[in-house]
Amino acid sequence: MAEQKVLMKGNEAIAEAAIRAGCKCFFGYPITPQTELAEYMAKRMPKTEGGVFLQAESEVAAINMVMGAAAAGVRVMTSSSSPGISLKSEGISYIIGCDLPCVIVNIQRGGPGLGGIQAAQSDYFQATRALGHGDSYAVVLAPSEIQEMVTLTAKAFDIADKYRTPVMILGDGAMGQMMEPVVLPEPSDAEKIEKTWATSGHGNKREHNVVNSLYIEPNVLENIVKERFERYATIKKEETLYEEYMTEDADIVIAAFGITARIAKNAIKAAREQGIKAGLIRPITLWPFPDEVFAKVADTAKAFLCVEMNMGQMLEDVKLAVNGKKPVSFFGRTGGVVPTPREILAEIVKLSQEVK
Amino acid sequence: MAVVFEKPHALTDAPFHYCPGCTHGIIHRLVAEAIDELGIEGDTIGVAPVGCAVFAYNYFNCDMIEAAHGRAPAVATGVKRARPDKTVFTYQGDGDLAAIGTAETVHAATRGENITVIFVNNAIYGMTGGQMAPTSLIGQVTATTPYGRDAKANGLPIRICEMLSTLDGVAYAERVSVDCVKNILSAKKAIKHAFECQLAGKGFSIVEVLSTCPTNWGLSPTEALEWLRANMMTQYPLGLFKGER
Repeated sequence: MAEQKVLMKGNEAIAEAAIRAGCKCFFGYPITPQTELAEYMAKRMPKTEGGVFLQAESEVAAINMVMGAAAAGVRVMTSSSSPGISLKSEGISYIIGCDLPCVIVNIQRGGPGLGGIQAAQSDYFQATRALGHGDSYAVVLAPSEIQEMVTLTAKAFDIADKYRTPVMILGDGAMGQMMEPVVLPEPSDAEKIEKTWATSGHGNKREHNVVNSLYIEPNVLENIVKERFERYATIKKEETLYEEYMTEDADIVIAAFGITARIAKNAIKAAREQGIKAGLIRPITLWPFPDEVFAKVADTAKAFLCVEMNMGQMLEDVKLAVNGKKPVSFFGRTGGVVPTPREILAEIVKLSQEVK
Repeated sequence: MAVVFEKPHALTDAPFHYCPGCTHGIIHRLVAEAIDELGIEGDTIGVAPVGCAVFAYNYFNCDMIEAAHGRAPAVATGVKRARPDKTVFTYQGDGDLAAIGTAETVHAATRGENITVIFVNNAIYGMTGGQMAPTSLIGQVTATTPYGRDAKANGLPIRICEMLSTLDGVAYAERVSVDCVKNILSAKKAIKHAFECQLAGKGFSIVEVLSTCPTNWGLSPTEALEWLRANMMTQYPLGLFKGER
């Protein structure tokens, strides 16, 4: 039997995929353009065995409810959009400091401040560098299709549990709102990994568990942070994901993530029709960043063009990865403006003339 | 020989770090005794605050979570929603609950979140060294009100039990004190009753406990108890504000 396809908005697809991945609790707060995700959860969770949907009084409360449910050992998710993620920052740092697994969705909009409500990618730095205070990182997954939103949502929960870390799904207003046909996975059993550390009541059968991020002794805290960074190194080794598209013979290699990568593919096809050998590297994990593929492709490509819906943020990671081997230029639109294939093609043509 | 007193099982063997004359230790013991008497240690999850009781996770033998400043009611909500069959309590000071965490407190209360809040009110920020709390009294000298709390400049003290008692989600709100044996015995009953409310699924329960801070009040332990009786009890009268006991 052919797999059944359903037409879904990105926001709804993430929600349904989360439920099928065993997400038991959702805590959120309304903000455009992610609200459909919370609304979908409000509809579905009460009809799901043990499912909880709760509209929190604030983004701050929502992320702390996530912390509580994660500490209690269940799969839990929250979603928001850019200004809301800033508010969650405190809680995310505590969740990292407590080594708790959870999934956080950011359907990005333009900024800074209240910014706008149209799609943007201007939270790249925040997602990959500054989700919270302290020496802290979280895995960041950037889907570029609705189907990939579904598969990465399931993966996000698995990575979160495996490494006891929050995982961010970084989408944007366009991905959240647009509809595509998707194939949904069968519901899975969430309890793959036994959470012996969870604060769910010791039942008089073990010592009490403590979920905590406070370590008064500097040496103790240093060791805790170092242990976490060893886990980060494992994550980088085991979980780094990217897509290469027509890079084998490419002179001009575009670096783009999320929705921008889809647009870039159209520009690449158009460039190839004009005889320009263009290709694409699409990081799927923005953190950890796939440095190695850039280093490899830098040996054969003539130049890189980073395309983003911001003023040049992933650009810095691309430059670090290319490490001066080849020039890296940038094209971006920001404030909620989506670049067109034609604009990107013009940049490719210009660059190909420069590096001839 | 008959045992007339012993440390409750719900307390660990870790020595308290509290200053001499501070009543946190008494309040910890009362909470632990209530947990013991109800036989719920194995099914209880406590949420510690940021403040003097920040290390409460070391002292209670049940599973414990250390929350961010003021966020304990939200964390407790997450635990309770994920594990509705468990007993969940927060232990918070006045800065934590009535300043930075006011929104979390009020909304957990108005949702009727079925959790228990132990609110320790000593009218000052203890851990950071004696700054003004939302519950500091008018005229009270603190590190950030060196000329005394002035209503115009610093605002007025907040009465949490009175405020929360107006919310329909609150099942039980009572203010108690641990300044003398009689009041300690009453406080014990109130704390136990708050847990019983939760076990009966009645909704949000809060016990506000008037407490001393001799170190930051600049008083001896005995003087601090006298100061509490003379000043705090007039601003924060003991009594039942919501529900029955």
